[in-house]
Amino acid sequence: MCNALLKVEDLTKQFGGLLAVNKVNFEVYEGEILAIIGPNGAGKTSIFNLISKLMPATSGSVHFLNENITGLKSYQVAARGITRTFQATSLFDQLRVVDNLAIGRRVRTRTRSWDAILHNSVWKKDKEETTLKVMMMLGFIGLQEKPFHFVSSLSQEEQKRLAIGVALMSDPKIILLDEPCGGINNDETEGITQLIRNIKEAGITVCLIEHKMRMVMGLADRIVVLNYGCKIAEGEPQEIRSNPTVIEAYLGGGNHC
Amino acid sequence: MSRRRGRDNCPNLFYNIKRKGCESVQLFLQQVFNGIMIGSTYAIVALGLTLVFGILHVPNFAHGHLYMLGAYVTFFMMKLYGLSFWPALLISMLVLALIGVLVERIVFRPLINQAHITMFISAIGLLMLIENFVIVAWGPRAHRIQNPYPTIVRVFGITMTHQRIIVIAAAVILMVLLQLFIKKTIVGTTIEAVAQDREGALMMGISVNRVAGMTFAISSALAAAAASLVAPIFMISPTMGGLLVMKAMIIIILGGMGSIKGAILGGYILGLVEALGGGYLSAAYKDVFAFGLLIAVLAVKPTGLFGKEK
Amino acid sequence: MDIKKILKEKWPYLFLLLVAFAVPVLVSSRYVFQVIVISVVWSVAALSLNLVLGYTGLASLAHAGFFGIGAYGVALLTRGGMSFWLALPLSALLATVVGLFIAMPALRTRESYFAISTLCFGVIIYIVAGNWLSLTGGHTGIIGIPRVTPIRLPFLTIEFTSLTSQYYLVLVLLLLTLFVMHRLVYSLQGLTFMSIRNNEVLAEAVGINAFSTKLLSFCIANFIVALAGGVYAPLMGSISPTVTMHILTFNWLVFTLLGGVATLAGPIIGAFAITVLIESLYFLGEYQLIIFGALLIVVIIYFPRGLMGIYDNLSLKAKDFYQQRRSGFKDVQRIAQSRGSD
Repeated sequence: MCNALLKVEDLTKQFGGLLAVNKVNFEVYEGEILAIIGPNGAGKTSIFNLISKLMPATSGSVHFLNENITGLKSYQVAARGITRTFQATSLFDQLRVVDNLAIGRRVRTRTRSWDAILHNSVWKKDKEETTLKVMMMLGFIGLQEKPFHFVSSLSQEEQKRLAIGVALMSDPKIILLDEPCGGINNDETEGITQLIRNIKEAGITVCLIEHKMRMVMGLADRIVVLNYGCKIAEGEPQEIRSNPTVIEAYLGGGNHC
Repeated sequence: MSRRRGRDNCPNLFYNIKRKGCESVQLFLQQVFNGIMIGSTYAIVALGLTLVFGILHVPNFAHGHLYMLGAYVTFFMMKLYGLSFWPALLISMLVLALIGVLVERIVFRPLINQAHITMFISAIGLLMLIENFVIVAWGPRAHRIQNPYPTIVRVFGITMTHQRIIVIAAAVILMVLLQLFIKKTIVGTTIEAVAQDREGALMMGISVNRVAGMTFAISSALAAAAASLVAPIFMISPTMGGLLVMKAMIIIILGGMGSIKGAILGGYILGLVEALGGGYLSAAYKDVFAFGLLIAVLAVKPTGLFGKEK
Repeated sequence: MDIKKILKEKWPYLFLLLVAFAVPVLVSSRYVFQVIVISVVWSVAALSLNLVLGYTGLASLAHAGFFGIGAYGVALLTRGGMSFWLALPLSALLATVVGLFIAMPALRTRESYFAISTLCFGVIIYIVAGNWLSLTGGHTGIIGIPRVTPIRLPFLTIEFTSLTSQYYLVLVLLLLTLFVMHRLVYSLQGLTFMSIRNNEVLAEAVGINAFSTKLLSFCIANFIVALAGGVYAPLMGSISPTVTMHILTFNWLVFTLLGGVATLAGPIIGAFAITVLIESLYFLGEYQLIIFGALLIVVIIYFPRGLMGIYDNLSLKAKDFYQQRRSGFKDVQRIAQSRGSD
């Protein structure tokens, strides 16, 4: 029996009068690929923002490895082992590809200012380790040809892959991907899909938000469906595909909360 | 028993029984009056700044120097052309309005899409330019403008000159006029529209550039008015705007960026705090109150008293 | 450590170093020499401002306030009999601690608010320096600051009475600052600073504590600029509250911007270039600051990356031109690599 790596309990987020996330409950099991789908405005990205602590929850809790992480700040959540990408590709655009990846690793390094000034053994070890990891990651995400490029000279798809790479650098236990295939064509989608499979194979749990149904159905182990901030269905792809509530939601159906 | 008034003008009732109390009430009221007068100046200057900083998001650090320039233009008009106070003031407002339009076009508009700090720096360049221009034209020393209304009036033992009362009255009139302008005229409402949503306003066909120029014109004209009104009371000098702009920034941060009511309220509060603090606590450290107040507020609420989370 | 390789690649820097050490010999005019000495002090201040502003993206406008704390600290302590070499680090530490108190509320605000908060703090420091009569002597300031305490070595005593010795003192400070900055900037910590400047939200999402990182860069920068203030005091012999004025901060800001923000050479180039510019504009007399202000506006609009930016663009164009024949991917990579490590 797989353990619940991440547990979301009665998570609620209220913006003034709008209930963006309404008492949502689900679990993510270790080693799986869980997809969160739903019509636009269903609250998917908000859930990610709540888990990664980009904004505070109105009520409810988030548990990770049996620890209640609801009160933590975003950098603490990342240090615990939950990293993410953003719907609008977010990178360090003033820096090169290798720098972006190196920063992703920063939380696992111990170099402080003092070490950097003295060039001592701590600095040396971190430098070597980071360089190795960066080179490895370049190969993993397929950007080994462009290590010193600046972000602006990468294509949209390459940027998406870089963002995933940055999130992977700190050896997270779970990675939240917010529309990793947004705005790219079908061939490129296949490339990213394979990348995500590789991530699963490396032992990292994946939770992703996606709109491309075919990709999701073929990739995800389980699916959670949201509509108007509530969870309306949960299960394996074939169950979800034929679930009448889900179909109705996508056709613009009513609020089932 | 005839009504006897003491030296300090206290009515007989108080004179014998609570002379000290009367004096302290008088002192208090005097400070309050001064505070309201200074507060009027602060309010007008802060108003101008909040229009530009809060609505157009331009950190015009040179606002204090535009204020100072306004005082000098009035001085110049009165001295060189022999104009009397009010025509000089009006011309000063006009001239500064024009300069405001130029400043927006040349100094700030090219940087509108870059980090705020670049506009801050551009403003610093402008401030140096204005300050040294004034020094070259009129010398570094302070000048005096003749007080057109020097008559002193005593109300409840408080000393007021007519000029000071006019400052308060004129400030109120300006604020009312501005509020009417923003709410009632077409130009005014477009300024509000741009404030709320620049891109949306652009798409609606509103010329954002024209609105920016207009906003700067109003902002600078207000500064000129404020400076000219107090110039006869205090002297004018090339550095009179430096500290003032920082206080104005504090006011609009505390009152909320872009909030007209906040700027006005904040201006009066600061004026009172300074007058009372300077009178009762320490005259030398009077200026520290403003800055200390800001720090105290920001420590508790980093977005300002009425600020909103973006 | 291949000496030949270092000589081949870094010879321009070694040459500059030689020139720097030979300045007292090369320069005959005492006036020019004094200007150079001051420019070196300003370079240190501008470099430290660059750390917090250029690399970390924090518009700290209280910088001169910390310079002043360093200056006043050394002035008061050495006048009281303490050795300069103890007074200097103590004053710098004091400045850093004051900075911590300022940072606590200020760092919770964003961008423009932070600039204004720090500006206000700087003004408070100025007002206190001008009014705390018993401690600072008010607006008349402190006079009679003793020279830097001589260093007594077994075989010789290094005194700091001549301008030359003072020059070497500030030069050593500049070199030390450059060394520290270089090591910091080209390390993971430097990357961390830049990540905060570039995309704070993402930096936090990968586990970087933005608050403590900003605080760190703020404190390091304050410590360094306080050191600069500390050597400034015995250099001048007397100081007044003007050493804390925001005008100084603005000057350093201009140096950094003109020279090239977020570069190591930029602030130094800026400090010297502007000082030379101001001196050469002297014939313009009273108009020099007007032109200076206008120049600032022009530079920030049209040359935001400053002189180093212009240099970068030119050298890149030159390199591209010469590389056009030998296209190969490896060369382009090398260019990009060398550009990145500048």
